[in-house]
Amino acid sequence: MLEVNRPMSGINDFVVKFANVNGTGSASANGLIMKTVFRMGVPVVGKNFFPSNIQGLPTWYEIRVTGEGWSARSGRVDVMVAMNSETYVRDLKEVSPGGYLIHDSSWAHPVLLSREDVTVMGVPLSELCAENFEGARARILMKNIMYAGVIAALFDLDLEVMRSLLTESYARKPALVEANMKAIQLGYDYAKANFQTPLPMRVEPLGRTAGHFVMDGNTAAALGCLYAGATVGAWYPITPSTSLMDAFKSFCMKHRVDPETGQRNFLIIQAEDELAAIGAVIGAAWNGARSFTPTSGPGISLMNEFIGLAYYAEIPTVLFDVQRVGPSTGMPTRTQQCDLLSCAYASHGDTRHVLLFPANPEEAFYLSVQAFDLAERLQTPVFVLLDLDIGMNDWMVPDLKWDDAYRPDRGKVLDAETIQKIEKFHRYLDVDGDGIPWRTVPGTGEKGAYFTRGSGHNRFGAYTEDSVEYQDVVDRLVRKFRTAAALVPKAIIKGDGATAGIVSLGSCDGAVQEALAVLAKQGIRLDYLRVRGFPFGEEVEEFLASHEQLFVVEQNRDAQLKSLLTLETAVEKRKLHSILHYSGLPVSSSFIVDGINRAMSKGEAA
Amino acid sequence: MSIAKPKISRPNLPRNTQGLTRRDYEGGMSTLCAGCGHDSITAAIVQACFELSLPPQSVAKLSGIGCSSKTTAYFVSGAHGFNSVHGRMPAIAAGASAANRSLHYIGVSGDGDSLSIGLGQLGHAIRRNVDMLYLLENNGVYGLTKGQFSASAELGSQSKKGEKNDHEPIDPVLLALSIGATFVARSFSGDKDQLVPLLKAGLMHRGFALIDILSPCVTFNDHEGSTKSYAYVREHLHTPVAADYIETRGEIQVDYQPGEAVTVDMHDGHQVVLKKLDHDYDPTDRARALAYVQEHIARGEHVTGLIYLGEGRRNFHERHQTPEQPLNSLPYDKLCPGSERLGSIIKRYR
Repeated sequence: MLEVNRPMSGINDFVVKFANVNGTGSASANGLIMKTVFRMGVPVVGKNFFPSNIQGLPTWYEIRVTGEGWSARSGRVDVMVAMNSETYVRDLKEVSPGGYLIHDSSWAHPVLLSREDVTVMGVPLSELCAENFEGARARILMKNIMYAGVIAALFDLDLEVMRSLLTESYARKPALVEANMKAIQLGYDYAKANFQTPLPMRVEPLGRTAGHFVMDGNTAAALGCLYAGATVGAWYPITPSTSLMDAFKSFCMKHRVDPETGQRNFLIIQAEDELAAIGAVIGAAWNGARSFTPTSGPGISLMNEFIGLAYYAEIPTVLFDVQRVGPSTGMPTRTQQCDLLSCAYASHGDTRHVLLFPANPEEAFYLSVQAFDLAERLQTPVFVLLDLDIGMNDWMVPDLKWDDAYRPDRGKVLDAETIQKIEKFHRYLDVDGDGIPWRTVPGTGEKGAYFTRGSGHNRFGAYTEDSVEYQDVVDRLVRKFRTAAALVPKAIIKGDGATAGIVSLGSCDGAVQEALAVLAKQGIRLDYLRVRGFPFGEEVEEFLASHEQLFVVEQNRDAQLKSLLTLETAVEKRKLHSILHYSGLPVSSSFIVDGINRAMSKGEAA
Repeated sequence: MSIAKPKISRPNLPRNTQGLTRRDYEGGMSTLCAGCGHDSITAAIVQACFELSLPPQSVAKLSGIGCSSKTTAYFVSGAHGFNSVHGRMPAIAAGASAANRSLHYIGVSGDGDSLSIGLGQLGHAIRRNVDMLYLLENNGVYGLTKGQFSASAELGSQSKKGEKNDHEPIDPVLLALSIGATFVARSFSGDKDQLVPLLKAGLMHRGFALIDILSPCVTFNDHEGSTKSYAYVREHLHTPVAADYIETRGEIQVDYQPGEAVTVDMHDGHQVVLKKLDHDYDPTDRARALAYVQEHIARGEHVTGLIYLGEGRRNFHERHQTPEQPLNSLPYDKLCPGSERLGSIIKRYR
């Protein structure tokens, strides 16, 4: 078990952070190291902290080797690979006492020698590159891949695993495999000759990654869209959601193109803006296709008007909001959970929306499939709230399962045959008492024709300015929202009757799970509720009612989950204590442990 | 507001090949002002759909917000309709067309809806060449908010209150020509003989068909000093070509003298026959069409008729290589790769 301030033990339990300049190929080197650890059977966490820029700015990548299989940041840095002289000062500062710093010693850097509790190791990476490789660009790229060799020697990584990973990546360019391996070997040999290797912190093969793979949440969500049978996607590129549509397109090109005709069983519209993107999604959904748009906070702001239309005209719509730091443009490449309220109540007038909160790529896959079912069952917009941490970081994911018996729930749609038989069709009648009316798809029959409008309408679908008729429809929408509370994924509850608990959501989960274990070791037992959908179900009410003190852990400044709980459940506000993380980096377990300890020492919890 | 129109069917009404009468293509009762140009356009749409024998359910009617956008409720009641948000009908149309390419999409918009808030979306629908008929019912004025100038009002045109418009207009025809529209026409709500064939040709055009229809607002823009009044428009029309849409169910005979008529084959196998009224005009030459319209605008004239027709550009679905079968009716087993493939997909991520 990891203690926040434990001395370095090392084997399969440490954090290495890489400080790079973006656009120098460091992502390949860092990814290679992470994947090597994973292939050696040791659970691993990779977090990328990158700038909103293409080349030349500081970027960091953090790899946590965690034999225990934790999935969050720990909050410490044991080894810093400092490859960016611009950030030396802060990078050195970040190393935990007793840690190591590796740097390019081709030039002297006296600033790096200012800490006595950090072991500084210099490798003349630039010199080695200049001696062994031709061309400026190759030298920059190889310098980064070379430190992968140094790391391999220090952490006892298996070079053969590295080679096979490179062979897979460069299947079509075998020459690149050799060039990269040459650089790795140079780094490896230098470290072996000049340092005592391996370090106390190192990787030992473990066999705990079987049945897992490594994927980011945007790719997993895109896979969910593919499996859900989505045929129309419309989007406007925006960080950090862009890779979701990129992945969807690439999956579709492999799995949705008719091998005989070359025709594509999907259509992706790269819209002129987010307003058009959501409009196209609504048009397609109105017309009976499963359709979706991936976006981020600024896109949600732009889509607000259309979201209200989809809510009021009751059109199934799936939106992925890969949240980033706001307000305004904010920090596009940093993570937050800051759109909970803007999604829950998006658009003017009385509107409330169904939200899903996946915690990781695995859930991103399953909940994106479910989002389409819910949208069509409930005939309303459904928001899948991802964030940059889930969406763009590589996570270790348990193998996904697919039930071939699954069929999409298309909801209450009258088919052509039924339309022929009925006397008269009324779009917004609550025939079944669940608040969900029946709908028809254009082209399926004259008798099913109706007029869709965002203006006031009555239960028959006709325009109205009559107060009673207007209220009749919006009151039914409230009943429909109640129905939704029973259909959204249930909250996950962990615990055994403690008086205090943590309430959290989404990507906080990994850090909360680990914090719970650490706190338990300290003698603090807490129950845990992780909400996975909005509107909140009965189980959320029960958990809130049965605990005296509740720590609400979330990644935004304004305690949006706490606000939502206060507004939408019967919980007493005095019970809720916020632990808020909004730096833009994924929350760490130690942050939560510290926060709860602090709150408890102030007597804020039982 | 839409008020149901009583259906009275008389046995002697002419029927089309669907066995339907013209009345079967009507919609709810119009609630626009008496004499509104838009109602004449609605009547022309009814006539065009009747003459083309379109099954009502094969039509989808889309609109944004404004007086013009209300009219989708007034024709083809057997078709689904969608009155969406201001200026954003083109996005709804693109999505709807993506889901089902087999329907006939009729988008009805106005100068407020299309040339201000919706200018970007109109431009991009043209750029995508979405398969639809797009009607821009153009009266130069915001009717529902009582008489503000729209972006199509001519410089110096006078409002009902006597105010002079201080801005140059955005002309949808010039815009469409310059960004590559494949079917560009202008007409006048008061000229049904010209309008009905244009609507038919536009409906059958494979791609985006824009018809800018001058449609005077009797309440706010029909006075002296307005350049979009009935009187002004009638006096300043200039029609270089007369278009007729011919269904080639049998052998087609072209009666025009060589040199006077141009026949353009359309993708659906039908033809548009263009009778030249102006010897110098060639409606298949985009650059000359653009210059011609500009010259006449300088003279204060509205060029009407089929101004440009080019069937060459790929439409929305051709660009996206979608199958003939609408995406919304593809069976699920064609869409889901299944559990075995999921195994091989994730294998690549180990």
